[in-house]
Amino acid sequence: MCSPQDRRRLSPVAQIKTIIESPFALIGAHFLEWSAQIGGMCVLMAQIFVRLNPLKLDGPETWRNMYRIGVKSFPIILVTAMLTGAIMVIQSGTYIQEYGAYGLLGWGAGYSVLREVGPILIGLMFSGRVGANNTAELGTMRVTDQIDALRALAIDPINYLVVPRFYSMILMMFLLVVVGDFTALLGGAVTGQYLLGVDMELFAWSIITYIKLEDLFTGLIKSVAFGFAIAVISCHFGLKTSGGAVGVGRAVNASVVGSAIAIFVIDFIFTYALI
Amino acid sequence: MSSSPPAQYPDEQDPTGFVSRSLASLGRPVLELWEICRGILEMFWLTLYYMVRGKTRWGAIFEQMHEIGNRSVVFITFTLGFLGMILIYQASFQAMKITGDLQLLGALFMQLLWREFAPTITALMLATRVGTGMAAQLGSMVVTEQVDALKMCAAQPVEYLVVPRFIASIVMTTLLTVYAVLVSYLAGAVTANLMFNVNYLTFFNFSFVSWFDLIIGLTKALAYGTAIPVVSCYAGFSVHGGSAGVGRATTQAVVIASLAVVILDFLISGVGFIYLIFLA
Repeated sequence: MCSPQDRRRLSPVAQIKTIIESPFALIGAHFLEWSAQIGGMCVLMAQIFVRLNPLKLDGPETWRNMYRIGVKSFPIILVTAMLTGAIMVIQSGTYIQEYGAYGLLGWGAGYSVLREVGPILIGLMFSGRVGANNTAELGTMRVTDQIDALRALAIDPINYLVVPRFYSMILMMFLLVVVGDFTALLGGAVTGQYLLGVDMELFAWSIITYIKLEDLFTGLIKSVAFGFAIAVISCHFGLKTSGGAVGVGRAVNASVVGSAIAIFVIDFIFTYALI
Repeated sequence: MSSSPPAQYPDEQDPTGFVSRSLASLGRPVLELWEICRGILEMFWLTLYYMVRGKTRWGAIFEQMHEIGNRSVVFITFTLGFLGMILIYQASFQAMKITGDLQLLGALFMQLLWREFAPTITALMLATRVGTGMAAQLGSMVVTEQVDALKMCAAQPVEYLVVPRFIASIVMTTLLTVYAVLVSYLAGAVTANLMFNVNYLTFFNFSFVSWFDLIIGLTKALAYGTAIPVVSCYAGFSVHGGSAGVGRATTQAVVIASLAVVILDFLISGVGFIYLIFLA
């Protein structure tokens, strides 16, 4: 009765009744569930690190994953990044317009995009596009017993399925943020030109003058950490799927929610550590 | 609309030759995109139609409100709280370096939260949590033929399933946006106080927030709240083919819903900016 999965099936009134009747059981159940998930992720991470030495990457599977993860999500990331740059220019534009400090537009938009907003938004898009897809794929394999079939053929599922995805996701997230950062700056420059009438040259000058290389690198380090977290979380929830088509949907939901929380927590830690 | 497979472009009749093949590879994504847009608009139109014409089922609406709103509170608190801490940390660090004056930090933060961050990030979080939930739920119903059963009983699936989610999402996105402003602002205030010694009384300064900011923020929340359920229900209804199909539909729901949020954000921000600069 008290496990969160069971509680979800009750009607709202009955749920509130159980909460009032046994608050500590509820807190404990949630705590146990979270501990189980985090523990599972740590075990998965350990399993991946154990396979680091010797590293036996399955070539075709790695290439296929890199294509699926990187190339297929390229258009979405480009659109998101361009709009992000444009939005940041619009938001800083009101203040810039008020004080007439047009030379600072590039700094305002560039700093926020490179350091915070770019990696966060691209990370959220990446977790939606790639993380969810990955969980769905692994979950479907789990539900249709394909992972057990691999094991029966003496193929290590972690080495064959998880390790290539893990490395491709980290690499591709990094590369997508590199491309996305520049696309965002381009989108910002175009918006500044046509909406605010700030010359693109002035925008570029402002970025080159005020933005330091470490601003860019902070965002890139964050992107690697996001890619790591999304890879581990999505693979974990995919491999732990159970219960048919409904289970796949639930696993995708949990994976995306977990990735979003991880992105914000990691971002805070890195902001605190790197500034 | 519901369980029919998406339009197929048969591979056997693929044009040969470099020019026609490259044209085909350009045209296919456009056609697919057009198909998705048309499906979403059709869903939106049907939802509005049945919302006006159909019966209002308060029980279902409240159940969905609980599902969308109450269940997201912890998630929103977590993410938006961290967002407030991050933003305040970055902003006050920069301000300390340049001017050394943090008097206006709270006021500017409140304004930016209302204009941009609270509605958009809340909606992105809801697009991930609620969007996947709706798509997965409706998708499993399609796969297990429950939607067909509804049709057999002469109950319109859109009226029965989408309209309560639509109404609940609009109400709850707006409420959660207000809640998100509160959470983010409090987290920011605590961060500013502990790390930069900004007095709480100095931080709680609402002098910059005008009606314009409130209206922009709430318009955004309303637009996102409209877009998320329509997009996710479209993705859920277009499921075909077992658990792999459900997985594909949930992914599609998150991607389209997040993209819709970003595009709407750009449009509404742009209109607001033009109004502020040229008309006001």
